[in-house]
Amino acid sequence: MSQTKFRLGDLEALQGEQLPDLHDEARRLLTICNACRYCEGYCGVFPAMMRQKTFADADLDYIANLCHGCNGCYYACQYAPPHPFAMNLPKTFARLRRQTYRDFTWPGPFAGLFHNNGAVVSVALAAAIALVLALVHHFQPTDVIHGNHAGNFYVVVPHAVMAWSFGLVFLYAVVVMLVGFLRFRKHIGSEGGAGIAGATHDAAVMKYMGGGGVRGNSDGCNYPAESFSLQRRAFHQMTFWGFWLCFAATSLGTVYHYAFGWLAPYSYTSLPVLLGTAGGIGLLVGPLGLMYLKHQVDPAIMDARQKGMDTGFLMLLFLTSLTGLALLIWRDTTLMGMLLSVHLGVVLALFVTLPYGKMVHAIYRYAALIRNRRESARATVGTD
Amino acid sequence: MSELPEQTDVLVVGGGNAAMAAALTARMQGVSVLVLEAAPKDFRGGNTRHVRNIRYAHDAATDFVTGPYPVDEYLDDLLRVTAGNTDKDLARMMIESSQNAADWMQAQGIWFQPPLSGTIGLGRTNAFFKGGGKAVLNSYYATAERMGIDCRYEAEVTDLAIEDGAFTHARVHFNGQDHTVRARAIVIASGGFQANIEWLKDGWGEAAEGFLVRGTGYNKGRVLRVLMDAGAETAAAPDQCHAIAIDARSPKFDGGIATRVDCVIYSIMVNRKAERFYDEGEDIWPKRYAIWGRLIGRQEDQIAYGIVDAKVNELFMPSMYPPLKACTIGELAEKLDLDPAALEKTVADYNAACRLGDNADKQFVAGELDGLATEGLSPAKSNWAQKIDTPPYYGYPLKTGITFTYMGVRVDREARVQFKSKDGRVRAAANIFAAGEVMSGNILGQGYAGGVGMALGLVFGRVAGEGAARHVAN
Repeated sequence: MSQTKFRLGDLEALQGEQLPDLHDEARRLLTICNACRYCEGYCGVFPAMMRQKTFADADLDYIANLCHGCNGCYYACQYAPPHPFAMNLPKTFARLRRQTYRDFTWPGPFAGLFHNNGAVVSVALAAAIALVLALVHHFQPTDVIHGNHAGNFYVVVPHAVMAWSFGLVFLYAVVVMLVGFLRFRKHIGSEGGAGIAGATHDAAVMKYMGGGGVRGNSDGCNYPAESFSLQRRAFHQMTFWGFWLCFAATSLGTVYHYAFGWLAPYSYTSLPVLLGTAGGIGLLVGPLGLMYLKHQVDPAIMDARQKGMDTGFLMLLFLTSLTGLALLIWRDTTLMGMLLSVHLGVVLALFVTLPYGKMVHAIYRYAALIRNRRESARATVGTD
Repeated sequence: MSELPEQTDVLVVGGGNAAMAAALTARMQGVSVLVLEAAPKDFRGGNTRHVRNIRYAHDAATDFVTGPYPVDEYLDDLLRVTAGNTDKDLARMMIESSQNAADWMQAQGIWFQPPLSGTIGLGRTNAFFKGGGKAVLNSYYATAERMGIDCRYEAEVTDLAIEDGAFTHARVHFNGQDHTVRARAIVIASGGFQANIEWLKDGWGEAAEGFLVRGTGYNKGRVLRVLMDAGAETAAAPDQCHAIAIDARSPKFDGGIATRVDCVIYSIMVNRKAERFYDEGEDIWPKRYAIWGRLIGRQEDQIAYGIVDAKVNELFMPSMYPPLKACTIGELAEKLDLDPAALEKTVADYNAACRLGDNADKQFVAGELDGLATEGLSPAKSNWAQKIDTPPYYGYPLKTGITFTYMGVRVDREARVQFKSKDGRVRAAANIFAAGEVMSGNILGQGYAGGVGMALGLVFGRVAGEGAARHVAN
């Protein structure tokens, strides 16, 4: 057999070791995937891929953020390592998402906070609790801090101080995430209103997180390892809805306060407390479950450098709920002042790190879901 | 788990669809089962790791097939593609038994997916595995483990002790040592010999050196050879095989599905001399997909080149390897290492024979037989014959990618291997069964229809497992 002439440089780029540039590596993988397509039944990534023949960097950023890390495609891949094609979409996409979080945050220099994010979160937590405790001790006499105020938090921290300081920090977090969302949406070309309703539905029901299935049934993810499981989806839904219930409780309390002049503490059977308690339970069980699964995860599919970021955020959510529920339970005792200070410290750390941690996965995924909805509404190109 | 058991009820040789179907079926009867897979765990399952669907008879549409596929239609299809080169009795039995294939596989934890865009026109007749063959294997092995089946990897059966058509023990190379494993029945599901280039030369001569093997390098046909040496009857000729056109730049082994190229029907295919050699537009692609490997295998250096222009390059699935691209045919020829003058002449002759525009009734229609044929050209192109005249031009270098060989041991309806005894009479072995590609020649004397391989693996695997367990019980 004679040696043929067409031994191109890009041949080596298609098989063998992973490429140093993440976009190049993702392009290499999707070029192989697009010639195979066995995984089209798994999630939105593959139909999105099949709508294109070539992939610009922005397309890759979009598809990476459409990936939920269910790992179905990794365990089903005949080209996964040690095969020389060395296919690993979940890990490559996870790394690309981490790069997205850095590239689109605001202000730019803060992108460094995504490095060693676990350490960032830990320091923020310690500093925030110390700050709140110091301020409370500075402004309040000891007998007030350790007094029994029948659940009236505002004796220890006046309502206006609490509302304004936390309102402003939260507003900052929202602005940063909004900037990131708008930048990324422009980057991947999903501006405008089309697809928003569909994407909101997909996000709310976690459409793709079940790994797809016949008749829309969820078969589950290959997480934390090869066998199919719906645990991750369940824990994620608890976390997701727990977060929104707590958000709703706080918002409702604000409406009660300013619109109706109904002042806290609210009774255990009041709507804000019921919402907050339900959400709090979700934020205890959900993050704990997710951390437990993460602890067992197959190293083959994990972006190890993201573990600190993931765990840091989950830990903050868990602690926010834990300290909040403790405050609720013991609000009529002399422990209230200290419990309130610690809870506010945790919440402060959560808010401050919100736009520079795992929370942002939601906004980039949402932008990707919008583009996905818009594209899937159009006819697909190519043949089979 | 490091020591190999010395004894088991049923020994299963192989680790793909047929082997696991046999192992699970036998285990369900309560007997002990040992599975010996020659490949390491990451490459387990032979060609099953690269499959995508199963062709099975069914009465009605389900969540994953779009309509009924009656037994008679399946049999007609099989008779047509094999040109009658099949054991009709066994073929009918296989097709009838395939009717509960999807239900049985689902019961083993295997997932199917609804027919989607990538199901290459087989959405009615074939059920598609969600995630493909490796996902199938993962489910099989997880179920096997749950049922207490002992599965060993890198365990290669090197010899079988067979006396008068009865098996007593196997020699197994495992963990750097040779072991003896005794069993009361054995199921051979160890695949074809497509990774054994020397053996392929029996049918193909030196051309076999130019073949690429689409599956792993573990299918050497070692146990098939042992059976043949022990007097097993065979079915199908040694050159018969499933082979398709894959990119010439693919790895020697295990390139699987991604390396295939679907340009043929919209292209002209030329050989080393830049000459056409077969009607590229004979039929729709799913019906001609499996003939081009053999066609290219008969060309010089077992290589051919698909030449297309910009008009049609987007009409087929993107290839894994980028095509070579040029602004003129001469330049493309140079990039492909072909004689530019020869390729220019071939393209000019072809273009002159294209009739699009002469007759208002004739239109180029992608994906359907459009009757747009060449005139006065040999060989003709019967459909999709439109001029190659719009740069850039693309060239796809293609070689023979062999999937599996057909020649195997002859079996009966109970999957028992047929041996010729000393007196010259052919008898079914008492406790030696075969399933899958190692006996595919019974069904596939030549030709192929997508998804038949999985059906024959599954049906004969289950029959073999059942028979082996019954033999143990008696």
